[in-house]
Amino acid sequence: MPELLEIAERVAGWARDGEQVEAYVSHARDTDVRVYQGEIESFSSAETQGIGVRVVSGHKQGFAYAGALDGESLRSTLDEARDNASFGTEDEFLALPEPDGVAPATLDHLWREELADFPTEDKIALAMELERATRAADPRIRGLEASDYGDAMMEAAVASSVGIRAASRRTVCSVAADAIAAEGGDTKTGYGYSVARVPADLDVAKAAADAAYRATRLLGAKQPRSTRLTVVLDPLVTSSFLGVLSSTLSGEALVKGRSLFADRLGEDVASAVVRLTEDPTNPEAYGAGQYDAEGLATRRTVLIDRGRLAAFLHNSYTGRRTGGRSNGCAARGGFKSAPGVGARALSLAPGELMQPALLAEIGDGLLVQSVNGLHSGVNPVSGDFSVGAEGMVVRGGVPAEPVREVTIASTLPRMLLDVVAVGADIEWLPGGAAGVSLVIRDVTMSGG
Amino acid sequence: MIEESLVRRVLGTALRTGGDFAEVFAEDRRSSSARLDDGRVEDLTSGLDRGAGIRVVRGETTGFAHTADLTEAGLTAAAEAAGAAARGGGGGVREIALTRRDAPRPHEVRVLPENVEKARKVELLQRADDAARAEGSAIRQVSATYADNHRRILVANSDGLLASDDTVRTRIGVNAVAVGDTGMQTGYEAPGRSIGFELFDEIDVEEVARKASRRALDMLKARPAPSGRIDVVLRKGAGGVLFHEACGHGLEADLVGKDASVFRGRVGEKVASPLVTLVDDGTYAREWGTFAIDDEGHPAQRNTLIENGVLTDYMWDFLRARKEGRPQSGNGRRMSYQHLPMVRMTNTYVLDGDEDAEEIIRQTERGVYCVQLGGGQVNTATGDFVFGITEAYLIENGEVTDPIRSANLIGNGPEVLQSIDAVGNDFDTWTGMCGKDGQSVPVSSGQPTVRVRGMTIGGTAA
Repeated sequence: MPELLEIAERVAGWARDGEQVEAYVSHARDTDVRVYQGEIESFSSAETQGIGVRVVSGHKQGFAYAGALDGESLRSTLDEARDNASFGTEDEFLALPEPDGVAPATLDHLWREELADFPTEDKIALAMELERATRAADPRIRGLEASDYGDAMMEAAVASSVGIRAASRRTVCSVAADAIAAEGGDTKTGYGYSVARVPADLDVAKAAADAAYRATRLLGAKQPRSTRLTVVLDPLVTSSFLGVLSSTLSGEALVKGRSLFADRLGEDVASAVVRLTEDPTNPEAYGAGQYDAEGLATRRTVLIDRGRLAAFLHNSYTGRRTGGRSNGCAARGGFKSAPGVGARALSLAPGELMQPALLAEIGDGLLVQSVNGLHSGVNPVSGDFSVGAEGMVVRGGVPAEPVREVTIASTLPRMLLDVVAVGADIEWLPGGAAGVSLVIRDVTMSGG
Repeated sequence: MIEESLVRRVLGTALRTGGDFAEVFAEDRRSSSARLDDGRVEDLTSGLDRGAGIRVVRGETTGFAHTADLTEAGLTAAAEAAGAAARGGGGGVREIALTRRDAPRPHEVRVLPENVEKARKVELLQRADDAARAEGSAIRQVSATYADNHRRILVANSDGLLASDDTVRTRIGVNAVAVGDTGMQTGYEAPGRSIGFELFDEIDVEEVARKASRRALDMLKARPAPSGRIDVVLRKGAGGVLFHEACGHGLEADLVGKDASVFRGRVGEKVASPLVTLVDDGTYAREWGTFAIDDEGHPAQRNTLIENGVLTDYMWDFLRARKEGRPQSGNGRRMSYQHLPMVRMTNTYVLDGDEDAEEIIRQTERGVYCVQLGGGQVNTATGDFVFGITEAYLIENGEVTDPIRSANLIGNGPEVLQSIDAVGNDFDTWTGMCGKDGQSVPVSSGQPTVRVRGMTIGGTAA
């Protein structure tokens, strides 16, 4: 997509003497289909584009964005960013990154042109089939809250007046079902999904079976007594857990004194089975990409190595402030925000055992199928961790009765130290982290 | 934003494939924000979002497309895309006459934030930073954010409606980090209203900052939260999140219609303690979730949802109301022109009872007193919900004692509503953002001090 890069370069080229300008330009085409009871409930198609401009001048930074790419918008966005910079605080570490010589990974397959030609009717058919298959999977499935197909073709380019030139693009598609199961006055819900680069690789049957199984197995759930026990997190739950954990390993939290793990570099912060890696060069990762949000090549960074804290996530600013450099972890939420720091392809090194074997190993505990309230009950600064949970009691090494209205609680540092095992069932999920079964001991379960 | 004649032509184009309803939603949103963190003004951001979403409905199917191109060509392309998605037969040329149906403004906005110099916005943050740090040397870090937005919308549809609205929202937030022997703790305070820069004539930025710092300092002394069943007293204002989660979402007609709410089929039944009267009110002057018209052009309304414990009605948007052949309730909202509208809350609150707040605490032998909540989440199909506490204390023998660390509380909506056994007379509101299906919209919630007999708290202490 030479056009996006051309636009970014044009804006970067307007930099004045003594001023650095970075332009991030993005374009996306999205389709979303929702089906309900055999009919199309909604079909959305959208094209979104925009530009975000960052100006650093006299070691001050300003930012502005516009959801349009016409010449006037480009000019006025730069003017706004320039004006905003004059109100920033002078900071000797503020400067745009220069190319650092790291070559981008070869990841051409992330963009699959054929998605553009995939017929609308077939997208609708996938969502219809998902709903049908989920309903058919079990007579106790009363319906679906949602049966969705979605895809996106995303392109982005970054250029700066100090030599950054980066363009990347990727396609994604997914199906997701939210099943409602009912029996004897009790109602439970369960999710199932499948993610791929092209629709041909989506596994609709698995998404349907998972949603039906997860919803039905919770039927008849009761609130257990409070106790301390070992929990096994389902892969999707682990993925959310890693997402929260990664904010404590952000260079931004580090330089601003908000990281639990500040001053712990080189020390043991986790159990020896924990090896946590950020690697957007892994083609399997949903968040894979050649460049970070500042246009530096992404790279593989081991964050926790056999329990020892090995690195933080850095963009150019936090890298510089800590006396080092960026490790390609600049992140942004689209063209509307200036680059921050973030993980996009985290994974735990998998262990030897699949989930059933892990359950057999622990004997008694709780299999956590889903959690609620991650945003309200986890404080990444204090480390307090408390979330609502649904799942199954594990007894004698196998899933027994389902539980409801329970919370599980510990602290993030303790949970890392209390990891007993990582499963072998690694799978890449939407979001910034891979899912895998994770066994953590000595967690408080609150119930009746 | 768009000429009326062009809107008429676009609606005509949208209906050409046989749709029975078409709508143009145009939006122009200018926003500015500033962030001071680590003692530095690090991000001053200005944004412009402008575009239109076009919706075509045919029977139960909705086609939707959006564009940032507000020229005739851009709008026509979006109308064709939306129409194609809801394709049927028997389309043709339809003439649409539009009638202006604007609703009265709920309140005045005196100082448009875009007319305020950036330096004054930055100065607020500096004052907040100074005040927060002045609370003590244990305050090691402060971040303060200022944000405003000015949103203009125009809604026109094939039923002949043409309406517009103009809303302004301004907010400031302070987050403090305190460090002590027990590690790091955080405190947060973030008031906001649907008014302009005059917000700062009404609220004292220094006091907001001091509150955040005191909260963080107080939490340094916090004990681990208890684990298990306990009585819960929710302080006025913040506790409204409980009702937002316990029943607010479950009373949204789209979820009810999909059999994904525990409150389906229960209108006329007693669903809560008789002490509870719950209202959703988009007209509440100056509140965070207030507007003149909703994002489907319907005037904001005050709707009673639960009256003395009896469920009186759900909240409705255009589609769900049309299906049931009943009026809308002014709850059709969307995050931006890039999103389809759905049923959303506005300002949702429980009306005053007649008990004294202090007396409610005095009559609680052992419990948790929740002063600030950090949001929540609900599964409307099962009714199970959680909410987080960010400032809370133990109640022992009728007295508020030690602070406790943050945790989630979990309960089941219908059960918790029945377990409310005291409602105070000290009503207040709270500003928040509500997420649903990937869309975030400004809302407020409110309530007087209330007590729930028995909820599960998810701490780590015995």
